[in-house]
Amino acid sequence: MSFINYSSREISCKIVYYGPGLCGKTTNLQHIYKKISPDSKGKMISLATETERTLFFDFLPLALGSVKGFKVRFHLYTVPGQIFYDASRKLILRGVDGVIFVADSQVERMEANLESVDNLVKNLKEHDFNLEDLPYVIQYNKRDLGNVVPLKEMEEALNPRKVPYFEAVAPKGEGVFETLKDVAKMVIMELKKKS
Amino acid sequence: MLNPGLVLYEEDSKLIDKELQKLNQLSRSKVSFLVDKDGQLISCVGETNGIDTTSLASLTAGNIAATGGMAKLLGEKEFSILFHEGEKDNIHISLVGQRAILVVIFDERSSLGLIRLRVKRSVSALTEVFDRVTKKMDKINSEEDGDSPLTEITEDDIENLFS
Ligand SMILES: Nc1nc2c(ncn2[C@@H]2O[C@H](COP(=O)(O)OP(=O)(O)OP(=O)(O)O)[C@@H](O)[C@H]2O)c(=O)[nH]1
Ligand SMILES: [Mg+2]
Repeated sequence: MSFINYSSREISCKIVYYGPGLCGKTTNLQHIYKKISPDSKGKMISLATETERTLFFDFLPLALGSVKGFKVRFHLYTVPGQIFYDASRKLILRGVDGVIFVADSQVERMEANLESVDNLVKNLKEHDFNLEDLPYVIQYNKRDLGNVVPLKEMEEALNPRKVPYFEAVAPKGEGVFETLKDVAKMVIMELKKKS
Repeated sequence: MLNPGLVLYEEDSKLIDKELQKLNQLSRSKVSFLVDKDGQLISCVGETNGIDTTSLASLTAGNIAATGGMAKLLGEKEFSILFHEGEKDNIHISLVGQRAILVVIFDERSSLGLIRLRVKRSVSALTEVFDRVTKKMDKINSEEDGDSPLTEITEDDIENLFS
């Protein structure tokens, strides 16, 4: 969960990228890492397999600047999307403040997207969270590919709550910061509501 | 939401720093730090130059979470102490109550026995501090407090952080 430290005057929040295997979660973080200036970011840590699939998590700490005298930090995490890493996914959700669901727009991945949303809901429940209560946005990634599901259909299948959504091509950076910014705003506004 | 974020005020923060400093000195360690179970660094003392404490904090929390998962599978409540031995440096990790993790990095200037002894004492001191912090947070949550830095933050402020 968020951490407000009055002594060092810092606010930290945890944002998790969730979604099926190969949907582009790690690619989102890599793009953010590439674009953020060195003094605003820490090291990006990827606990990955030899074939660059996420094994436990990716971690990227951002310290973008101060607001009202408080340094605001966002700690970005990705989960491993492959189905058999469910135990790890559960652990990463501990203390989450906001979730970005990255959906793979390819027709043949729709089933995997739906399974992953169900899995997200289930794993949040284990931490006594409801997805409905959490800052949550959806990113429709891989829009550059030929076999993508029309946006309207994706919305109907994956976004019954009508949360904010973004189309993206993560390797090119399209939609990446838009998605992050939106959930970051929601997270801080939610904190504000609670304080 | 059931799990409110951690809020740390100056006085408690100072107590934590002081306890860590004492621990670091008496145990002859290189670095001692305290991490929230969610992976955020709470305090850090010692020879921190050249050490990426933010990454260490996140990996420590991951490590504790993973061994906690293993414990559950075995029907254990948790493993409250972890120890990693390296060629030069060693890491000793222990739980502080429900919320925090104490990490001590030491080399041949100290010994596992000394670390164990000093860590045990600090854990009970830090647990007391955390109990107080938790009580304070409960009180604030039920009281509606006005001096949070967040009350004046706007969406535009966050937007500007990214530009
Ligand atoms: N064409 C295209 N390829 C993409 C896009 N986003 C990601 N990829 C590619 O998809 C592959 C998998 O991306 P990752 O970011 O590693 O996927 P992941 O979601 O982290 O996968 P796991 O770690 O297994 O959960 C990589 O080869 C990326 O380059 C996209 O928008 N368009
Ligand atoms: Mg990945």
